[in-house]
Amino acid sequence: MDASLLRELVPAVIGVLVRRGADFASAEDAVQEALIRALETWPDDPPRDPKGWLVAAAWRRFLDAVRSETSRRGRELVVDAEPPPDPGPAADDSLRLYFLCAHPALPPAAAVALTLRAVGGLTTRQIAAAHLVPEATMAQRISRAKKRIAGEPFDRPGDLGTVLRVLYLVFNEGYGGDPDHTDLAGEAIRLVRQLAALTDDPEVAGLLALMLLHHARRASRTGPRGRLVPLAEQDRSRWDTGLIAEGVAILQAALARDRLGEYQAQAAIAALHADAPSTAETDWVQIVEWYDELLRLTDSPVVRLNRAVAVGEADGPGAGLAALAAVDPGVPRYAAVAAHLLERAGDLERAAGLYAEASRAAPSVPERDHLTREAARVRQRLRA
Amino acid sequence: MKYLILKHYRGGPAPAVDWAPMDQWTPDEVDAHFKYMQDFADRLVETGEFVDSQALSAEGAFVRHGGEGRPPVTDGPFAETKDLIAGWMIIDVESWDRAVELAGELSAAPGAGGEPIHEWLEVRPFLTGVPGGTH
Repeated sequence: MDASLLRELVPAVIGVLVRRGADFASAEDAVQEALIRALETWPDDPPRDPKGWLVAAAWRRFLDAVRSETSRRGRELVVDAEPPPDPGPAADDSLRLYFLCAHPALPPAAAVALTLRAVGGLTTRQIAAAHLVPEATMAQRISRAKKRIAGEPFDRPGDLGTVLRVLYLVFNEGYGGDPDHTDLAGEAIRLVRQLAALTDDPEVAGLLALMLLHHARRASRTGPRGRLVPLAEQDRSRWDTGLIAEGVAILQAALARDRLGEYQAQAAIAALHADAPSTAETDWVQIVEWYDELLRLTDSPVVRLNRAVAVGEADGPGAGLAALAAVDPGVPRYAAVAAHLLERAGDLERAAGLYAEASRAAPSVPERDHLTREAARVRQRLRA
Repeated sequence: MKYLILKHYRGGPAPAVDWAPMDQWTPDEVDAHFKYMQDFADRLVETGEFVDSQALSAEGAFVRHGGEGRPPVTDGPFAETKDLIAGWMIIDVESWDRAVELAGELSAAPGAGGEPIHEWLEVRPFLTGVPGGTH
């Protein structure tokens, strides 16, 4: 049984229940329960009409919940047993779900969890496993998220920017080596593809291109045992040229619409890397220009830091260090970038010290270990 | 039975071997150390004794309640790290002796000059959640 087919049905089924009068939170709970039941029974007994099955199973659960809630409260709750005429296109419902789950009132982790469940059709267990938290913890996170947006109308148009930010968060959560774990990066790509089919915005295309261009090069970024491989050492023969070609095509179509946004600009930088046979042959000058565009769009200190690296490649370490001087030293990875540029500039003593400092500030084990190795490597150069 | 093996930065009563910080070893020595740690964890996964392993950032702070209506008091960054926890492993083993044997192996990880670090590791049994046995 194709579980991804089942997942794709979830947003539409939630939409059907909401159109019948169910509140979003109850509808989503009911569909989640029906989904879990489907995962149990469909492999042995696949239904002829999967969507119909899911709607019927979810609606039944919703009515049971309403009845027990009604008898608990002693009040009448009026609900349509039949779907109203002209329910509207299911595509609009899916799009509205994206907006609802990415609601600005939700903290990012809550938006991610709710999006993965209601839009992604993942089970609580799968989402919990992907985040390395207990299932009960994740269930609570989702339940609280839905309470927070309880009053929000389903039909409210939303800010696409917040949706894209949430989807990019899902993508960056990466994936575990365990094949049973949901590949969140792959899931994010699927959700953005779905979104790109629902709306025409070039930034959605930009985000899709960016994800494809990153995903295409993922295999070369980690070595054995999760070891970090820096760009200059990555084995480019492991890059997925098909995904790169697709990403570039999507990006070019988006750029042609002349509505530049941050994801298109980031994708353009990724495309320049993906296009180069080596770090030395990368068009760093063009990359710097794209960073300039990105700064104009976002004024982000992290972008300013990454730009300094690109300037160092394009115009030499001295220029890179000058660019770095304009960056807030509190930005994550500042010390690592400074160490890299200082070593290129020949100041090995300071570079070694900064690599050591950077390793202590590293947020992940692969980065910490990589920076420790770099510090040791530079010290060895000093001794030679 | 579950045990916690705690790694401190230079912890335990007087380190048996005084060792330099890792960034001052050679790259090969650094790699050998990492490989040893990973091989150790892999062996434990294979024997079915591995439960969890975490490394901690050196950054953080001490925090305590600040008093009624007051924000928590923080004392950081850490001026002195040597008594702080660097990370841990949780194992599920048949006996205390096995926990000791494993901690001994972990403590033999190679350091500068390829010499085993002989680091002191703190080994603590978990209190279980439910009373066992007869009472």
